[in-house]
Amino acid sequence: MRFIPALGVLIIAGLLGWFVLTTNGTGSHYGIKLGLDLAGGTELIYKADANAVAGDKQGALTSLRDVIERRVNLFGVAEPLVQLEKSSAVAGTQEDRLLVELPGVTDVKAAVDAIGKTPTLEFKLVGTPSENASSTVAYVSTGLTGRYLKNAELQFSAGQSGAAAGTPVVVLNFNDEGTKMFAKITGDNVGKQLAIFLDGEPISSPVIQEAIPGGTATITGQFTPTEARDLVRNLNFGALPVPIELASSNTIGPSLGGAAFQAGLMAALIGFLLVTLFMILWYRLSGVVASVALVIYVLLTVLVMKVVPITLTASGIAGFILSIGLAVDANVLIFERMKEELRHGKDAHDAVKIGFFRAWSAIRDGHLTMLISSIILFWLGTSIVQGFALVFGFGVIASLISAVFVSRVFLLAIVPEKAEGPIWNFLLSSGFHLKAHQK
Amino acid sequence: MFIVENRTWFFLFTGLLTVAAILALVIWTPKLSIDFTGGSLVEVAYTDARPYITEIQATLEGAGFTEATVRESGDKGMAIRTSTLTPERHDALLIALGEDGHRMLTESRFTSIGPSLGNELSTKALYALLSVIVAIVLYIAWAFRKVSRPVSSWAYGITVIVILVHDILVPAGFFAIYAHFTGVQADTLFVVALLAILGYSVNDTIVIFDRVREHLGKNEKTGARQDFAEVVGRSITETLGRSINTSLTVVLALTALAFFGSPVTLEFALVLLAGVIAGTYSSILLAAPLLVPLSKFFTKRA
Repeated sequence: MRFIPALGVLIIAGLLGWFVLTTNGTGSHYGIKLGLDLAGGTELIYKADANAVAGDKQGALTSLRDVIERRVNLFGVAEPLVQLEKSSAVAGTQEDRLLVELPGVTDVKAAVDAIGKTPTLEFKLVGTPSENASSTVAYVSTGLTGRYLKNAELQFSAGQSGAAAGTPVVVLNFNDEGTKMFAKITGDNVGKQLAIFLDGEPISSPVIQEAIPGGTATITGQFTPTEARDLVRNLNFGALPVPIELASSNTIGPSLGGAAFQAGLMAALIGFLLVTLFMILWYRLSGVVASVALVIYVLLTVLVMKVVPITLTASGIAGFILSIGLAVDANVLIFERMKEELRHGKDAHDAVKIGFFRAWSAIRDGHLTMLISSIILFWLGTSIVQGFALVFGFGVIASLISAVFVSRVFLLAIVPEKAEGPIWNFLLSSGFHLKAHQK
Repeated sequence: MFIVENRTWFFLFTGLLTVAAILALVIWTPKLSIDFTGGSLVEVAYTDARPYITEIQATLEGAGFTEATVRESGDKGMAIRTSTLTPERHDALLIALGEDGHRMLTESRFTSIGPSLGNELSTKALYALLSVIVAIVLYIAWAFRKVSRPVSSWAYGITVIVILVHDILVPAGFFAIYAHFTGVQADTLFVVALLAILGYSVNDTIVIFDRVREHLGKNEKTGARQDFAEVVGRSITETLGRSINTSLTVVLALTALAFFGSPVTLEFALVLLAGVIAGTYSSILLAAPLLVPLSKFFTKRA
């Protein structure tokens, strides 16, 4: 009967192994996702100035992300990542950030150009020239930006609204919300000038003749046909609703990343072999059980990486290797405890049971402190650190399962009830000498 | 009992090591990488033999990169650190490094960090280190709350603070010496290593404290009277084997990482190794023996 739990664990481990080994193809949904530092690619972090937006900041940021995502997709990158982030709570000033990851892209300049060169479009009222006649004109934000644009069209002027016939004009069509805003702005400010800003520069400041309810505006700048066409294309790709500024960029060449990955795998394999070799030579039968549990530990960790999924980085691999050394710590504590119980005259089966029970409080306290620091590490937040913290944190939990639960089930299955005598004492003792532990 | 009886000598020994580490940090304060200061880092690999550092420095100065620092990396690579580069300046730097097309090279890494991100990391790192220490101390004081006789559980907590400070100062000092001779800089991974050491190094201490806790509990039940120093001494002896073996497995894994792993994680592995070793001897030679004098202080107050 005592074999049943052990058999169950073996079957689950077999299934785990099967899943982990068969889902590695490039096309597999559960393949391990490699971070840019291993796969090569470019990471860009932009500072988004949401304070420049009047009204719904969060909405503007979300549409910023969508617009950049469209741009990145146009750039032709496989599996790009575009996400909004906030600077940490402890940083002096709060900033909104946009993180863009472009796997495989190593030409930073091209990437930055493709993402950043979208125009920002704003409508601002020109303040009435003040009495003291200051040289600078005051512009007042209206809240109407490129965000409310449905599309832009290129037309050639038929000669009305001040433009000579045949000159290119850009016609802006607002969405429903934009139409309402535009109608209100024009209605409230008849006679004033409404300046159209492109990338922070006023390009034309027509005088509002009357309320415009139709939701279209025409820009008649001094465009050449090519400029007008580019502007229309860029506006349609998405005028940026929030101005952005490149805060950091990081590019890793594919060969450097590949070498780092290979070296990491090699180190993991050798680390694993060293640890199991030591455990088996020193702890004998218990060491063999601990090594089997360590295999299950590795399978569990890889499973978590695949399913969550955790993007594997160089620091993540380092965390994984460190955790291989940590994972057997609980085993060491338990086996030493078992030896003590044997010395106190307990039979082998009881020694196993009591050993696990009594070692638990130290294992619990030790693992919890490690978990606490991995949570704080994760909160520290940059992607390098989070890769490490996730692997480390999940590793701590997985090692509780493997070192405590799995090895217990196996040892209790192997060691029969009331097992006694020098052979069992030898098998469950430790050291490089060939004698059972003497009292 | 040997360790508890001769604790003054061991306090002196660990104290001297800590002072040496602090001196190393003061004299050879490690340079902070662009992760903290902001700036750009360009790493290139030359197809043929790389030029001498002095040559590159001269070329870069000619191209207007006066504040650039140059370091060799790998067999044929060079790492150049400058202030934050615009895409245009980045191109200009690459052209200068290739000596206007006379040398073939590929760019293997380009990192550019604005000053605000760098500042944020420094603040965060400091907060993280402090909060890990506070969280661990609170947890230990709580976990040992039932053993307030003869020593208040705060004594265990306070000992842990001493241990944690020692356990990060020693590897940090080691890094300062290592960095002085190799020219490496303290980056994000260095902070990660220190934080991981904080999480791990108290493990050995917990094992000994746990044994003390167990003995005290047993004595209380049986009514046996035993000197506190004796309990601590016994606990150290009984757990010595496991303290060393748990660290040994981690040392084995980290050695594999240092020797076979990616160069990116070499310093990380070395700092962790120093931390694990420091954490092991500090728990045996410093943490447990420290409970004895603290016990006198805390029982007087109680």
